[in-house]
Amino acid sequence: MIPFGGWLMPVQYNSIVEEHRAVRNNVGMFDISHMGQLIVDGRSAREWLNKMLTNNIDKLDVGSGQYTFLLNEHAGIIDDLIAYRIGEEKFLLVVNASRTDEDLAWLDRHRSHDVDLRNRSAEFGGVAIQGPRVVDLFHRLLGDDVDLPARNQIVDLKLEGMSLTIARTGYTGEDGVEVFFSASDAPKFWNFVLEKGEKFGIKPCGLGARDTLRLEMCYPLNGSDLSPERNPIEAGLGSFVDLTKPDFIGREVLLRMKKDGPREKLVPFRMKDKGPPPRPHYSVFNDGERVGEVTSGTLSPSLNWGVGMAYVSTPHAKVGSKIDIEIRGQKFPATIEKKPLYKKS
Amino acid sequence: MNVPDDLLYTETHEWIKREGENVRVGITDHAQSELTDVVYVELPKKDRQANTKEAIAVVESVKAASDIYAPVKGTVVDANKALESNPALLNTDPFGEGWIFVLKIDNANDLKQLKDAAAYRKQIG
Repeated sequence: MIPFGGWLMPVQYNSIVEEHRAVRNNVGMFDISHMGQLIVDGRSAREWLNKMLTNNIDKLDVGSGQYTFLLNEHAGIIDDLIAYRIGEEKFLLVVNASRTDEDLAWLDRHRSHDVDLRNRSAEFGGVAIQGPRVVDLFHRLLGDDVDLPARNQIVDLKLEGMSLTIARTGYTGEDGVEVFFSASDAPKFWNFVLEKGEKFGIKPCGLGARDTLRLEMCYPLNGSDLSPERNPIEAGLGSFVDLTKPDFIGREVLLRMKKDGPREKLVPFRMKDKGPPPRPHYSVFNDGERVGEVTSGTLSPSLNWGVGMAYVSTPHAKVGSKIDIEIRGQKFPATIEKKPLYKKS
Repeated sequence: MNVPDDLLYTETHEWIKREGENVRVGITDHAQSELTDVVYVELPKKDRQANTKEAIAVVESVKAASDIYAPVKGTVVDANKALESNPALLNTDPFGEGWIFVLKIDNANDLKQLKDAAAYRKQIG
C-alpha cells in the first residue's frame, strides 16, 4: 500500500504483470474511489464551465462526457478531468484525487453567482472495469437485454438495490466503464462483481497496472506528465482544447504558443535495446547535449520492452529521432515513437 | 515465507551464505514477493571493492528500481550472469539460481553484524 492523493492504495494486488494481462486479455477491476466528483449546477452552468474548461462543453448532449483541462492564467494544467453533462444545466466533473481541493478552490474563486458547486467525492465510491470481456460481464450482471452506454456516454442504472452511475470510458486503451455508487455500497459492489466476473477471468488491479496500461496508450498522468508548469499544447493534447471558443482561462497563452510553437513537447519513446527500463526524471540526451527529461517510464508488459514519455526540446522531438536516456550515469539509446506505444494486434 | 535457517540476513533483505573466505548474496523470498516481476538486474563488476551497506547492484521490477547492498566489506569475485538474460530467476528461485554476487570478505568478524534467520523472521513479521 502507498499513500496516493491522501488515500492508501495498493500498487498491486498480486502482480502488476498479471493484472496488466488480465485487462489486455480478459477484464480487470480498479478501485477508483479516490477520484473526486464535483457537481456543477445552475442557470448558467454550461456557459460558465465553458470559460473554466478547454474543451467545448456546448458539444455535449445530456448524458455524454468529454476529456478536458482546467487551466490557470498561464495555461498551466491545474487538472485534467472528464466533464459529463447529466442535466440541461447540470454537470458531473470527475477529477484527480490529489487535485480535488485545488480544483474546488480555483472554481470557487471564479464562480459565477448563479452557479452552485458541490464536492460529492466523499459520498461516492467508484471502480473502473476494463478489458475486452467487459460487455459479457455486464450482460451477466445486468441481464442480456440491458446494454452498456455508448463510448463517452453516462447512464444511471439499478443493480441488486444499488444505484449505479455508469460511464463508458477508461484509462487503459481497452473497452471499459467507470462505475460510481454510494460509498456505503462499495464493498458489496466490489465483491459482487468479483464473484460474477470469475468466469471471465476478472482480477482486481492496482495502481501499478493502471500506470503500465495507460503508459502503453500514452495517456498522461497528472503530477508526472502534466503539471501547472505544463500546458496542453506542450503535452500534445491540443485536440482537447477548442481555441475557437471566444473566452476561457489560458486561451491567450495557448493562442500564442500555437503560433510560435512550444519550446518542448511531450513525446513517447521506446528503448532500442533490452536493458534497464526508463524511469521518471532520467535525463534525455541528443549527441551529448541534454535535451529533455523523462516524465513516465516503465517496462511495458505487453511489449516486454522499456518505454516512456519525456518532454524533449522541439527540434529533437520528431517521430523517429534518436535520443539517449541516461540511467545511473550510462546512456542507453532510444527512439521517439508515434502514439500509442502499444497497438492491439 | 521461506527463511532458510542456514543463511544470514540484512535489514535491507539480502541473504548471505558463507562459502569459506567468500559470501554468496541474493535477495530474500520476502523481498522478491514484495517486488514481484523482476525485469532487470544490474550486476556489480568483478574486482569491485565495496564497503558495508554500499549499493553495488540494482534490481528493477516493473514498478521501481531497488538498490542491493554489500552486506559486509569485500571484493566482488563473481556475479550471476544468468540474471542478465533471465532476471525472473530472482522470483522463481531467490535462494538458489537467483543469487546475485559473491564477495571475498575482508574481515570475517563483520559477519557478526548480520541477522540470523530468527531475527530476520521477526523483522518481516
